[in-house]
Amino acid sequence: MRELSYAEALREAIREEMLKNPKVIIFGEDIGKYGGAYKVTKGLLEEFGPERVIDTPISEAAIVGFGIGLAIMGFKPIAEIMYMDFIPIAIEQILNHAAKMHFMSGGQLKVPLIIRTQYSLGRAHGSQHSQFFPSWFMNIPGLLVALPSTPYDAKGLLKTAIRLEDPVLFIECCLLYHRLKGPVPEEEYTIPFGKADIKREGKDLTIVAISRMVHEALIAAEKLSEEGINVEVIDPRTLNPFDKETIINSVKKTGRLIIASDDHKRAGVSSEIAAIIAEEAIDYLDAPIIRVCSPDIPIPFSPQLEKKFMRSNEDIIFAAKKILGEI
Amino acid sequence: MSIIKIETLKKEEYDSYGLSKEKLKGMLKKILLIRYFEEKVEELFLVKGLLIGPAHLCFGGEASAVGIISALNEEDIILSNHRGHGHALAKGIPPKNVMAELFGKITGTCKGLSGSMHVCIDINKGALYSSAIVASNIPIAVGVGYALKIMNDNRIVACFFGDGGTNTGAFHEGLNMASILKVPVIFVCENNQYGMSIPISYALAAKSIAERVYYGYGIKTYVVDGMDVLATYKAAKLAIEYTRKEKKPSFIEAIMYRLKGHGVYDKAEYRPKEEAEEWWEKDPVKLFSERMINENIISEKELKEINENIKKEIEEAIDFSLRSDIFPFDELYKLVYSGEY
Repeated sequence: MRELSYAEALREAIREEMLKNPKVIIFGEDIGKYGGAYKVTKGLLEEFGPERVIDTPISEAAIVGFGIGLAIMGFKPIAEIMYMDFIPIAIEQILNHAAKMHFMSGGQLKVPLIIRTQYSLGRAHGSQHSQFFPSWFMNIPGLLVALPSTPYDAKGLLKTAIRLEDPVLFIECCLLYHRLKGPVPEEEYTIPFGKADIKREGKDLTIVAISRMVHEALIAAEKLSEEGINVEVIDPRTLNPFDKETIINSVKKTGRLIIASDDHKRAGVSSEIAAIIAEEAIDYLDAPIIRVCSPDIPIPFSPQLEKKFMRSNEDIIFAAKKILGEI
Repeated sequence: MSIIKIETLKKEEYDSYGLSKEKLKGMLKKILLIRYFEEKVEELFLVKGLLIGPAHLCFGGEASAVGIISALNEEDIILSNHRGHGHALAKGIPPKNVMAELFGKITGTCKGLSGSMHVCIDINKGALYSSAIVASNIPIAVGVGYALKIMNDNRIVACFFGDGGTNTGAFHEGLNMASILKVPVIFVCENNQYGMSIPISYALAAKSIAERVYYGYGIKTYVVDGMDVLATYKAAKLAIEYTRKEKKPSFIEAIMYRLKGHGVYDKAEYRPKEEAEEWWEKDPVKLFSERMINENIISEKELKEINENIKKEIEEAIDFSLRSDIFPFDELYKLVYSGEY
């Protein structure tokens, strides 16, 4: 099968859906002629014109509000917020309007808005250009949250998002855009929301990993397999809806759970996943759950310090040995 | 182009602005309906204790609601705010559904799920959305306008907000984007002089809201006496004509006064008594009623009949609300998303 980069897979999803549906409109800062800060939308302005590919001013709240207005008029808007760190500027529009309009209007309004954003952890971008806080959005009823970890998932999930009729926060990972290539079929496919993917099967312990950490978990699993430890790696792919069954079934099999995510440990995604398992599957656990997450400090700029801040496959291996009672 | 000050309409101009006797009577009925509705709502809160929650009554806002919405075509779209009872009634949402929303009943405009601050949502009536977050409807209106523009749809959008909203980021980001994207939206600032307890004279760093918009964003701007329904109607007609033809936004600053407190429980003790008394002299409902009688558009007898009919309609709306059910709680989960996940 041909291989595409994560960024190319995303672009292909947008392009195909724009060709298929004239109601798909994309907009955001520098997404037109510049092709997006990370070139995901490169070439789309030339192909689809300025009416459907709109360069906006630096106005995050207005970008999201604008998308909401288009969405309730029956369009399929895709907003790009350049860095996840800028999302708080628009969070009022996301929280109070996009996520609530269907409910608040008694079902009269639909908000099929996609907000694409990315986190840049690992690129020495400092405290205000590297952050990752998906749990904030898991806490908002009415908002769907997707985080693809592979080019295949990126394309399939984005195409699904574009066809849904509810608002989606689509969180990409900057480190993966151009460094990660993977198989993406030429033929049409989509990936349903709420269906976790077992990226590697195993029987000794379960690692639930999010976005970039899926790859660290897979490296860890490979290294651990050399020591005879058989690891299952699960990527939830969407945090809302959240496929708890796949994780519970895995824990029933392995009896052990590690959660690996780039967000802060305190009140993070891992907290919620750990709580779900504690609430619904505690009897199947043979050891306490271990979380491998970012420390609860702002992200330091110094590349050496940032490297220490970031969790890696080594941290996961350490956790695995601990959970198996080897340390 | 400069900031355009709009004077009231003269009687001899009525025809050229499409104001037939019937149209004027219709506007008078609306303005009386809004006033009586609000008086009754106040009573339901303060005297009868039948309603609770926030309610921001629009005493003083009747002229802008009726003047501006009457100038729109029926199919045009409005976006309202937390003070939206008048907008809802002016747009033709039946009073019984507005009332039922205040009572939190399934027969309300939002099935009782949103209350007073969101009564002005009825997509069949072109009342698209009501935001309770001050000025947050502005960027949304820009998106709605852009949708109409690229659909080559001749409808326009009127977006209502108060003076308090003009200091928010959403206002500035939204107006800037409206101007550069050239969307068919009329922004209506109901400058009622107060953002809760804070007077605009204190809160606004600019010389005026109109100057801020005109010089800041290059948007065609009209300033009008917001207590005069015929003046707001005229301003709206001119703004609508410009916006529909030029496919560009316009802005109306309706200078008016919030005749009562911010919310139904607010006695507005922070403002000078004389100030309120002076503005009550310009009560839009009283002025318009008197003018219509003086100009022989309506007789005293007809006016009395209208008032009686309105009272009856409001009593029926209350009965209807009291008799209505609430939305079944277990079904609420089905309304969070439009799809199933």
